[in-house]
Amino acid sequence: MSYLRLFAVFFRVSVMGELAYRVNFFVQLFQSLVELATALAGLAVVFSYTNTLGGWRPDEVLALVGVYFLVGGMIGLVIQPGMVQLIESVRDGTLDFTLTKPEDAQLLVSIHRVEIWKLIDIVLGFVVLAIALMRLGEKVGGWEAGAFIVMLLAGAAIIYSFWLILATLSFWFVRVENILEIFQSMYEAGRWPVSLYPGWLRFALTFIVPVAFATTVPAEALTGRLSGETLLGAVLLAIVLLMVSRVIWRIGLRQYSGASA
Amino acid sequence: MKGLAELYVQQFKTTFASMVQYRASLAIWMIGHVLEPLVYLIVWSTVANTGGGSVGDYTTGEFAGYFILLMLVNHVSYTWIMYEFEYRIREGFLSFALLKPVHPIHSDIADNLSSKLITFPFMLLVAAGLALIFHPSISPPLWAIVASIPALLLAFLVRFLLEWTLAQAAFWTTRVSAINQTYFVLMLFLSGQIAPLTLFPSPIQTVAALLPFRWTIGFPVELLLGRLSPVEALTGLGAQAVWLVVSFVLVRIVWRAGVRIYSAVGA
Repeated sequence: MSYLRLFAVFFRVSVMGELAYRVNFFVQLFQSLVELATALAGLAVVFSYTNTLGGWRPDEVLALVGVYFLVGGMIGLVIQPGMVQLIESVRDGTLDFTLTKPEDAQLLVSIHRVEIWKLIDIVLGFVVLAIALMRLGEKVGGWEAGAFIVMLLAGAAIIYSFWLILATLSFWFVRVENILEIFQSMYEAGRWPVSLYPGWLRFALTFIVPVAFATTVPAEALTGRLSGETLLGAVLLAIVLLMVSRVIWRIGLRQYSGASA
Repeated sequence: MKGLAELYVQQFKTTFASMVQYRASLAIWMIGHVLEPLVYLIVWSTVANTGGGSVGDYTTGEFAGYFILLMLVNHVSYTWIMYEFEYRIREGFLSFALLKPVHPIHSDIADNLSSKLITFPFMLLVAAGLALIFHPSISPPLWAIVASIPALLLAFLVRFLLEWTLAQAAFWTTRVSAINQTYFVLMLFLSGQIAPLTLFPSPIQTVAALLPFRWTIGFPVELLLGRLSPVEALTGLGAQAVWLVVSFVLVRIVWRAGVRIYSAVGA
């Protein structure tokens, strides 16, 4: 419970910091709307020539775009800013301050920076998802909704662990922020169902950079095409990756000597 | 003129040295450049395959050819000046460039060209690999290959001058990211990066013909793909020439106005 309270505190601090720069809200709103419009226009062009893309109907791909924004917003809200900050603080030695605090350091570095304007992406993602679901109508029952939420959480856990492992590499190699940029460009491939891609690319997007678990798999759950094995596999992978990243974080922390101290 | 040539040679050496130093970031940056056209290649191939082998007047093989060539052409005309300029102005580094006796655009052009000399062979390798996987059909007549040389050169110059002009928005505002993003979206649709322009409704095609974007990417791609008639190719080169003049004038006007209000923040 205290973790949630901590997150609320960090969130409030971010809100207070950002409210001094209110124009940023409009800049981010503009950028998010432009990005959404781009995604939708791209869909419109593609679906003006076909009514199914690799077995996905237009409204199902629309739902995928909703998931893409939703998960992208979650990553941009707390995961990415925290990990970027972690890499920086390892380099300049300010991680010392975090380590001296009486809370778990992994938790602190994971939640201590919040980019509140990314909430806009999350809201937009929900809106798109809601519209897509209304248009899909009949098929979304309780099982699909439940599986969707479980897959969304598993996807978030997988992405979080992936980022933490990469960011933890900064304990050994000081410059790793470039690696994080790979994620950005690969994430964009997640706007389309990964089942379209040829085997090698699908493999890369599933197991090397786990974009598929963040976007396609939750959308599959929602549109009722998720098999029980994938569901189980995603949950297991999430648990395993959470544990592995925890272990790597611990080993990495032992390497840390405090650059400025 | 001799001084300028020397500047370009020196810049090449500097860029080369720094690129060897940052090999990893180079590879990472290339992944982004390959992945985007690759995604659209796959999406459109899928659409073509469901539609019985073609969409509009493009077959599956022509889509593959289109997007593989697009990757190469985009690489030729690509610039990163908009990010760089914002940083320079915000941190005051532009002051050093202003002290030099040549226009700063020269070292930027030299830096851009020399880094591409180094990366282009790798892009060709990637293109060859993709060609093995996706079986593109590319059949340009000989004249089109010859015409593509000035077309690529003009595409590079027009895009460079336009983006250099746009980059100077940083003189007036610190929030250039919204401006840049608007530009990128227009570029994405109207240059043919999302789909060949002939697949768009005709009003959009008309708009694309009147704006510069198409001439910096889509036109050289279609030329190299062998889809243009000699008249269309000449029209395209003419449009590129017009945009070269326009963007040259724009650079001069905006640069003069911008430098006047530059106050070297941070220096």
